[in-house]
Amino acid sequence: MTKAITAQSLRKVYPGNPPVEALASIDVEIQDNEFFTLLGPSGCGKTTLLRLIAGFEHPTSGKLDMFGESLLDAPPYKRPINTVFQNYALFPHMTVAENIAFGLQMLGTPKASVNATVGEMMELVQMSHLADRQTGQISGGQQQRVALARALAPRPKILLLDEPLSALDFKLRKQMQLELKRLQTETGITFIFVTHDQEEALTMSDRIAVMSNGAIRQIGRPREIYDRPADRFVADFIGDTNFLPAEVISNSGEVTRLRLSSGQEVDAHARDGAQGKVTLALRPEHAELTDDGAGLLAGTLREVVYFGTDTHFHVTLDDGSDFVLRRQNSPADGNDFATGDRVGLTFPAGAAQVLRD
Amino acid sequence: MAELSNTVSQRAARNRWLLLTPALIILIFAASGPLLITLFYSFLTPGDYGGVEWKFSTDAWFGVLMQRDIFDDTLGWSDAHLSILWRSVKLSVLTTIACLFFGFPTAYFIATRPKKQREFWMLLIIIPFWTNLLIRTFAILELIRNEGTINSILIALGIIDEPIQMLFTEFSIILGMVYVYLPLMVLPIYAALERLDFRLVEAGYDLYATRFNVLRRVILPLVKPGVIAGSILVLVPSLGAYVTPRVMGGGNQLMLGNLIELQFGQGRNWPLGAALSITLLAIVMVALLAYVRAAGNEEVKHG
Repeated sequence: MTKAITAQSLRKVYPGNPPVEALASIDVEIQDNEFFTLLGPSGCGKTTLLRLIAGFEHPTSGKLDMFGESLLDAPPYKRPINTVFQNYALFPHMTVAENIAFGLQMLGTPKASVNATVGEMMELVQMSHLADRQTGQISGGQQQRVALARALAPRPKILLLDEPLSALDFKLRKQMQLELKRLQTETGITFIFVTHDQEEALTMSDRIAVMSNGAIRQIGRPREIYDRPADRFVADFIGDTNFLPAEVISNSGEVTRLRLSSGQEVDAHARDGAQGKVTLALRPEHAELTDDGAGLLAGTLREVVYFGTDTHFHVTLDDGSDFVLRRQNSPADGNDFATGDRVGLTFPAGAAQVLRD
Repeated sequence: MAELSNTVSQRAARNRWLLLTPALIILIFAASGPLLITLFYSFLTPGDYGGVEWKFSTDAWFGVLMQRDIFDDTLGWSDAHLSILWRSVKLSVLTTIACLFFGFPTAYFIATRPKKQREFWMLLIIIPFWTNLLIRTFAILELIRNEGTINSILIALGIIDEPIQMLFTEFSIILGMVYVYLPLMVLPIYAALERLDFRLVEAGYDLYATRFNVLRRVILPLVKPGVIAGSILVLVPSLGAYVTPRVMGGGNQLMLGNLIELQFGQGRNWPLGAALSITLLAIVMVALLAYVRAAGNEEVKHG
């Protein structure tokens, strides 16, 4: 597979007093035709990385290649990369069609060809009926589509999307998530998507890079990121996680034998040869409630919260820490556990993940 | 009920008029009053020692553009007035263009500085504006007169032997007016640029537009109201400029403002001065109407 983007020791420091290190030596490879997501809280450096790729910022040091050629000397208007901006940044003095035509006109495309592509693009995002509207006269969702069409019209090799869905309401966001995924598959363009919404990242991406404090914490497919978080930050940022203290007994390859605070022993996943005291991450839906004494851990049920599709059980473990457990609801479920009950907790071998410090 | 609400709305209407009184007083006595007096004077006969005689006459209006030959009494265009009128319009338009040429990059430079630095740069633009007009004009005069700074340096460096005659030319008038009115161009353009969403500029670059194309296709259309406002703010006082052409143009490069002053002073022809004033006002009105139309079109387009 060819690599659309290769970044090596890419670093960006904003001058100031004190200087702000937005990116601390990033290494990342993004494959051609991939839906790649940069995920992280605000201020983690994901937008800076995007702006470096677009060419709006220049890196302090490091290498940045596109399809094997250095991008660093090319101004933004010479990079075959287009951006869907967070606030869409549609030109307010142009109509929908003029906005979409802009990139092609700047490339010097013949007029007939521009018109044909604009028509095609408006059809692709279902905006043909609003071609002559001013961009201020259309709804947020429609602006979003125009921004997408405008960025896709010049057929870029890479499309950058900077939190494009954050301004949309819940239902529209769901719909656009599917639509973006469809557009990526249909056009075969590499999408680099920036978001702080973990659910968005998990549903759409081929691969995700989780970032914090200017560094990439983990790169992997959505399932890997969710099921096998590399460190405490990733485990905490993506989904809900219970953190359990444990001690390593033995270590053979990926499977590690651990002793929990209750004294019980269990197998878990570990990336490297973990030793001594470690932290274990366990997803709330991977654990099950049992009768007292039957599980790996024991505690007291403090609260039962009904959420419609599932129920959350809040348990205070005997070592004093809190544990949340999630169970899918079904019509057959009875009220088998009540607040104040002594309960046991169990989870299958391999469900828990040993975290890097 | 109907009667009650009627009296309430009547009282509200009366209160509104009461609140408007200060504005109305200013409009009647400060704006319309002097204007009407000027208009009225333009239809009177000049007095022998200045002032007016209370006798109706259209001679003043006739004299704005025409003159009667003193020897054979034939009608002809008043060449002196026409050339002054033409010079006023020409120099004002050139001043406006020059202000735009220097003012836009200046405003752009300031608007693209970090927020904290902008105030400092704006202050540099505004401080001369607070200085007395006459002092600023004489400062420029000191720079460009034959024995002035520029000529002295050039001669000292051996680049020229004879001083370049810059003072008392149309160039010196334009230079003086550009210097004096530049802030009026920079301020509205800066205000428009400051409101400009620079992400749109990035979007332009992102969509393969070169710097020139971004300026032409994205920035200029969006700051057009500021450019028009700045142009009007420069053009209007330039048309009526009095001090600058007087100081920088010597006695032989009169503009409309000087001509008007002359009529009320040495010329002792108040009605002609009044008629010329109204003519100046008419020219300014035409410029403003063009502005309103341009701005109006913009509004319709943006809806």
